[in-house]
Amino acid sequence: MRFTRTSKMLSVAAVAALSLSACGGGSNEEAGTASGDNDAVIVVDGSEPQNPLIPTSTNEVGGGAILDLLFVGLVSYDADGATQNEVAESIETDDAQNYTITLKEGQTFTNGDPVTASSFVDAWNYGAAAKNAQLASYFFESIEGYDEVSAEGATVDTMSGLTVVDDTTFTVALAQPESDWPLRLGYSAFFPMPAAALEDPATYGENPVGNGPYKFASEGAWQHNQQIELVPNEDYEGPQAAQNAGITFKIYQSDTTAYQDLISDNLDVLKIIPTSDVKNFKNDLGENSIESPYAGNQTIAIPYYLPNWDGEAGKLRRQALSMAIDREEITTVIFNNGRTPAKDFTAPVLDGYQSDLPGSENLEFNPDRAKELWEEAEAIEPYDESEPLTIGYNADKGDHKTWVEAVVNSVKNNLGIELSGKPYATFKEARTEATEGTLTGALRAGWQADYPSLYNFLGPIYASGAGSNDARYDNPEFDQELSDGLAAASVEEGNEAMNRAQEKLLEDLPAIPLWYQVAQGGWSNNVNPVEFGWNGVPLYYAITGK
Amino acid sequence: MAWYIVRRFLQLIPVFLGATLLVYFLVFSLPGDATAAICGERGCTPAVVAGLREQYNLDEPFWIQYLLYLKGVLTFDLGTNFSGRPIATIIAEVFPTTARLAIMALVIEAVFGILFGLVAGLRKGKIFDSSVLILSLVVIAVPIFVLGFLMQFLIGVKLQWTSPTVSGDATFTELLLPAVVLGLVSFAYVLRLTRTSIIENVNADYVRTATAKGLSRRRVVSVHVLRNSLIPVVTFLGADLGALMGGAIVTEGIFNVNGVGNTLYRAVLNGDGPMVVSIVTFLILIFCLANLLVDLLYAWLDPRIRYA
Repeated sequence: MRFTRTSKMLSVAAVAALSLSACGGGSNEEAGTASGDNDAVIVVDGSEPQNPLIPTSTNEVGGGAILDLLFVGLVSYDADGATQNEVAESIETDDAQNYTITLKEGQTFTNGDPVTASSFVDAWNYGAAAKNAQLASYFFESIEGYDEVSAEGATVDTMSGLTVVDDTTFTVALAQPESDWPLRLGYSAFFPMPAAALEDPATYGENPVGNGPYKFASEGAWQHNQQIELVPNEDYEGPQAAQNAGITFKIYQSDTTAYQDLISDNLDVLKIIPTSDVKNFKNDLGENSIESPYAGNQTIAIPYYLPNWDGEAGKLRRQALSMAIDREEITTVIFNNGRTPAKDFTAPVLDGYQSDLPGSENLEFNPDRAKELWEEAEAIEPYDESEPLTIGYNADKGDHKTWVEAVVNSVKNNLGIELSGKPYATFKEARTEATEGTLTGALRAGWQADYPSLYNFLGPIYASGAGSNDARYDNPEFDQELSDGLAAASVEEGNEAMNRAQEKLLEDLPAIPLWYQVAQGGWSNNVNPVEFGWNGVPLYYAITGK
Repeated sequence: MAWYIVRRFLQLIPVFLGATLLVYFLVFSLPGDATAAICGERGCTPAVVAGLREQYNLDEPFWIQYLLYLKGVLTFDLGTNFSGRPIATIIAEVFPTTARLAIMALVIEAVFGILFGLVAGLRKGKIFDSSVLILSLVVIAVPIFVLGFLMQFLIGVKLQWTSPTVSGDATFTELLLPAVVLGLVSFAYVLRLTRTSIIENVNADYVRTATAKGLSRRRVVSVHVLRNSLIPVVTFLGADLGALMGGAIVTEGIFNVNGVGNTLYRAVLNGDGPMVVSIVTFLILIFCLANLLVDLLYAWLDPRIRYA
């Protein structure tokens, strides 16, 4: 793993903070006694949630960040992405397929309703049922009975795999063994909801009631496109107890604007440094800045239905292309070390990550070998020059043009082939072509983990027929390793199988991994240093004022 | 006069129909499936996509979609945007902010533009005139986002006289800086228009007559010269008011103003058809009303103009 000096120091701080909160027993008063002002209201940057604040209808980070504070699921993730029990007393299984989940006694929602087994089961059934058209519905796909409730025009609306035993116990039967399933339970789609939510989701989505470390400051605390005000939930007792007097998400239309507020101390925490300020934010902010690797990566997916990129010649060309990209130089020059060159298809903060998998040499910069491979491919089948490769990116959100052009130039210079960047006006335009399978070139693809697991980076993107399989990759051997990994008795064995699956990917390169994401953020002079979690989101609950 | 106003209002109907049809068609023809924007990077299951398409009438052909939208408008139901919020509520939330910003900008550009233009016109060729002309040329030449970022950085971040961004309350003091930026370019035009107009009128016969009658210079300038010189300026200001109400996408973006411009920008990015059409239609109506107001002002400024 490559870490910057700051992040090393921070991981020390992280360990210290974790041990402190462990000693503190989680209650509000004790947890925060370490240092800092616990009465400060922290103003952080946010983006307008795209959907009502209902766990199962949120699929983007703006709403996700808020939900993660309003709710806790059976488990949550600590700063390093390890799971810790929250509402769950225990999650037990003998075969990785049938789970018995026991809840802690006496948990309540902020409206006073108890958190029971039904709070989970009903919420999950609601999320999966086709008639509710919930955006996160596919998260329930592993549960037995999902296919019946999620089909178009389904008449069943409860999954047969979920059974409530008593108020604090329920059982889950999966359609197949999946050893990493418990890891997913900290993701927002799996949060519990009170009965009121399911009776009137529209009203609930405006004023959600959860069981997490924070709650809405009042009815209507969500001032659309302006701010969302959260205050600590005094009844929450768990590892994420609030160490401040509230979090206010100030909603910005652009990072650049938010940055101006940060350097004038009008904003306390900014989780993304705008591209235009990446070169100077360490000067501007000094000690108040951070670079922290998180579970996300950037790849370029090359569809197999493109004429030049299929078969044996296609495979050689993919390898040649990958070796012609000088990742080290691009991450240094374009991102000012704000990314780290990729060695695999996942991300380094994950459990089971390996930087030296067989085949990872295909991701090393090696222009001579790249040319040789390209020649070999030419010998098999000449490159159709009439259709030079394009690398598509969306020009509306995120600043992708700069690095796409850098990749294009790197390949042009080192491989001597025609290549160009192809901007799409909007994200949806690019996604539509990708979903319909009508791309005319490669497409950039970013992936940010929903839950800390290798499978999350592999299954949804490269399994044959998977929802985000833009490349239309179809390799039975890979699929087999994936399902072996899921069926493994332990997470460790599972990870080994996942990495064997990755070896296939590294050879075939359905997508070309470029780099891992690093969160670049900063904070104002009014707060103590801020720690970022495994997913690149600040640990809001632990922020204290000065 | 009353009949004239009624007629002008009746003219709004075809404008409304034509504008909504055109804008609806443009949004409809945008490439890409609207549900793809809702579903994001990970995509949705086919059942969810089908559910969304049904919810927003996306599975209907263009004409049906448009007629359903029109039906909604006529029953005072603008529908919901892709986040499931009522569009009427959203407009009601953001419009007051933009209106306040627009009026502040208009007042700034009108007061300073006319004042500077008047003085410059009366002292044609003198040092004040030349320096004001150069200043206005610079303001017109520099793009508004440069002015915006520059003033935000100097006044908001370095000097900290005001917050660099506008909060949800959009108070008068917070809006002052964006209003100045927004008004600057039009200020330069108003100044130049007033100056030219004054220079023309100062030498007109009726001004000489007024002076010959023995009127004070003050009265000659304010009643005779200025009033007659304002007609082109008022035309410009009227058109500008419509444009300002439409929200300044760039300025609102720089200062994080939660106004019409920002809302429209987001809606276009998301391919949120009903939202875009509703906002644009609303803006067209405002633009028409601003123009009507200008036409009525003509009659007041120049008694020779009569409407019947």
